[in-house]
Amino acid sequence: MSIKLTVNGEARELDVDPEMPLLWAIRDHLELSGTKFGCGMALCGACTVHVDGQPTRSCVTPVSAVAGKSVTTIEGLATAAGKAVQQAWIALDVPQCGYCQSGQIMSAAALLGSNPQPSDADIDAAMSGNICRCATYVRIRAAIHQAAGALNTPKPAGS
Amino acid sequence: MNPRNIGLTRRQFLELTTLAGSGLTLGVVLPGCGSAGSGAGAAGPAAPLEMPFVRIAPDNTVTVISKHLEAGQGVWTGLPAIVAEELDASWEQMRVESAPAKVPMYGNLAMGGKIQLTGGSTAIANSWEQLRQAGATARAMLVAAAAHRWGVPAAEVTVTEGVVAHGPSGRKASFGELAGDAAKQPVPEKVALKDPSSFKIIGREKLPRLDSRAKSTGAQQYAIDVRLPGMMTAVVARPPRFGGKVQSFDAAKAKAVAGVVDVVEIPRGVAVVGRDLWSAKQGRAALVVTWDESGAEKRGTAQLMKEFRELARGKVALTAAEVGDADAALARSVKRVAGEFEFPYLAHATMEPLAAVCALSADKCEIWSGCQFQTLDQATAAAITGLKTEQVVINTLAAGGTFGRRATPDSDYTAEVVSIAKATGGRYPVRLIWTREDDITGGRYRPLNYHRVEAGIDKDGKIAWRQRLVGQSILAGTPFESMMKDGLDPNAFGGHAAEEYDLDHAHISWTQPKVGVPVLWWRSVENTHTAYSKEVIMDELAQAAGQDPVAFRLAYLGKHPRHAAALKLAAEKAGWNQPFPKEKGRGRGVAVHESFGTVVAQVAEVTVSGAKISVDRVVCAVDCGIAVTPDVVRAQMQSAIGYGLSAALLGKITLTDGHVDQSNFHQYQVLRLEDMPRTIEVHIVPSTNAPSGVGEPGTPPIAPAVANAVRAATGIRLHSLPFDLAAARGASA
Repeated sequence: MSIKLTVNGEARELDVDPEMPLLWAIRDHLELSGTKFGCGMALCGACTVHVDGQPTRSCVTPVSAVAGKSVTTIEGLATAAGKAVQQAWIALDVPQCGYCQSGQIMSAAALLGSNPQPSDADIDAAMSGNICRCATYVRIRAAIHQAAGALNTPKPAGS
Repeated sequence: MNPRNIGLTRRQFLELTTLAGSGLTLGVVLPGCGSAGSGAGAAGPAAPLEMPFVRIAPDNTVTVISKHLEAGQGVWTGLPAIVAEELDASWEQMRVESAPAKVPMYGNLAMGGKIQLTGGSTAIANSWEQLRQAGATARAMLVAAAAHRWGVPAAEVTVTEGVVAHGPSGRKASFGELAGDAAKQPVPEKVALKDPSSFKIIGREKLPRLDSRAKSTGAQQYAIDVRLPGMMTAVVARPPRFGGKVQSFDAAKAKAVAGVVDVVEIPRGVAVVGRDLWSAKQGRAALVVTWDESGAEKRGTAQLMKEFRELARGKVALTAAEVGDADAALARSVKRVAGEFEFPYLAHATMEPLAAVCALSADKCEIWSGCQFQTLDQATAAAITGLKTEQVVINTLAAGGTFGRRATPDSDYTAEVVSIAKATGGRYPVRLIWTREDDITGGRYRPLNYHRVEAGIDKDGKIAWRQRLVGQSILAGTPFESMMKDGLDPNAFGGHAAEEYDLDHAHISWTQPKVGVPVLWWRSVENTHTAYSKEVIMDELAQAAGQDPVAFRLAYLGKHPRHAAALKLAAEKAGWNQPFPKEKGRGRGVAVHESFGTVVAQVAEVTVSGAKISVDRVVCAVDCGIAVTPDVVRAQMQSAIGYGLSAALLGKITLTDGHVDQSNFHQYQVLRLEDMPRTIEVHIVPSTNAPSGVGEPGTPPIAPAVANAVRAATGIRLHSLPFDLAAARGASA
């Protein structure tokens, strides 16, 4: 039985085991490889996507749980917060190996989407579920602050 | 591995890897490319200039061919920076791609040039002269092409920011416009290299990484992301204890799982192949295997450590270093300290679990992986498939971290994926994925270690040092075994006190236990434990002598001026001369260590609250010669501090009756954002020396710097990792 959902704004159908984690449906069947496998137990955050705007660990979310819902992956991240986060990530050269960064960015974008001026404690709470073995954490924190600053700076008139 | 100790490799290994008539030193020309007339009309304005390490395309991009794996350490930025400097390119036109597996052309010059591998923090160091030559050669050929085209003297042609120009006539051309003609120019035999004082790109404070955009948009492709038409996915059931073997298996239930296409035995276990990872995993869960554990390691780590302690008291040991008479000097010491140190097994836990893809046909074996040992993996695949070495094609992709894990002398997971492709007859391309559980329980750990140290100072201030180390050899039984001299594995004890300080009396010995748990290089290798016991004992000696820890160390670094300079810089920037605030639970500590030719000193400031150690600030000074890309150097120090801190605060793999106790990140805990020091300051010691590596050397000092800070704050001596304040409090009481 196929499962219908929206992925990055497009209607998609998945004809897979309903118990298959969303992560593997995205990667192996929708062929979107930006979302990463890190642990399979919601312990590392590498697989973070947005489901109806909420940051979600796709490695423990069965496909059946997202039927009819809207899934956004790193490839489809287009919110103002998401764009600001990506720009800050590039400007500060946050990534090293880069493997966890899709998940980091999805978590950071969700944080800024709901809390445009997070404190360091807010960042700790929102980001400590995302592991980076390259320990790019100092720059992740700095990039979130920089993205928040960019989002909160009024745009010049006419732009 | 350690470039200090690179020697010859085993003979059969050389036979596999040596190509006839190499003559490579700083080779810059591909056969048939770049020689005058070779294009014969085919070339022209719209042709590229292709050389082994540089390709200049008509679209004006300059692509550097990276012989090294990018695993986060920044070589895809550092190597292009070296070329761009000598080429006088603009940074915006630089691109990078991985080299094919090919020796001697892409051999690592720090390893004799016959093996293509990334490791030992050698990528920039061994490429330095080679890529400067490559960049300067390409520049000379562009200049010659412009001079020829414009009919002007080459000496009047300048190159600035990717633009070739002739001032007197006002003519200008891009690299892309000249590439085809440049390819027809004779290759200069000798080119002048820049004086470092005129470097514009090398040493630029903020040179954007070439991979940041792809890695911030999900576009970067790793081995685990490779998709080929008809590709299947495999997981492997491996023995539950190290050294176990397949006795028999029943595939019926696994094959009944929807999506499972094959179940095959390979030398390392039983592979279950499915149309996606989900089906392969489900199939493996249903698979029934009977294991032959007659040769398996069945001891636990508590038992092993007990045996290591006994071995440390025994007579069986090899002398690694001897200076003066340590026993006599210890006997007349006026101040003495002693310590027993215990270090656990550690998993690398790269964020991208091990993965590789293999497409096998009758005359070709093509591999996609985050390949760290191209030459070995190529030879292994050739041996498994019966193909010739040159029929094995390796596509090296960005790796999602390695820290040493992908540098496996027996090719490990590459051998597995090729074995699966062979066992399934090459009917489809196969992708092998290790789950996180496979990774954490899979061995190849930083070796378990026990150190026993006695040290003292005599009335004249001379230090006597006696140390026994007990830990498995990493090199024994591998193609790198010939790096061992007289049975000594430098990867077990390098970076000990007699190497790093001016000691009058020292005796360093090593006992190699026989253990069936596979071990491997882990970011900074032996220095992860040798720096720890050395720097903690030096601190305790300083305290025993009633001296300041920095001043005390400097007194024994007269013959180590780079150590002294880095230590002084870190201390100065940390404000060491100002008194540290006397607040409860707060303290600061220092450590300095050289590894891989780079010296790193760190001052750590901590707050101890109950059983929790928080590292508030780290000030780091690094002498890595010329800093090619300073921001990458800073990034690597930050990274190495986080990696080392993860091990110091949390990391341990334990075994019970031969079974690994941890399986995923809930049990094998690693550092998270909330525990990262809020402030890490990195200061680079100015230097005109050729560059040395930065991927690993930031790791060794952080654990002892933190331990010394905790002792300053609380008086508690931390001699076992990971830190256990409650246990150490009990031991100190």
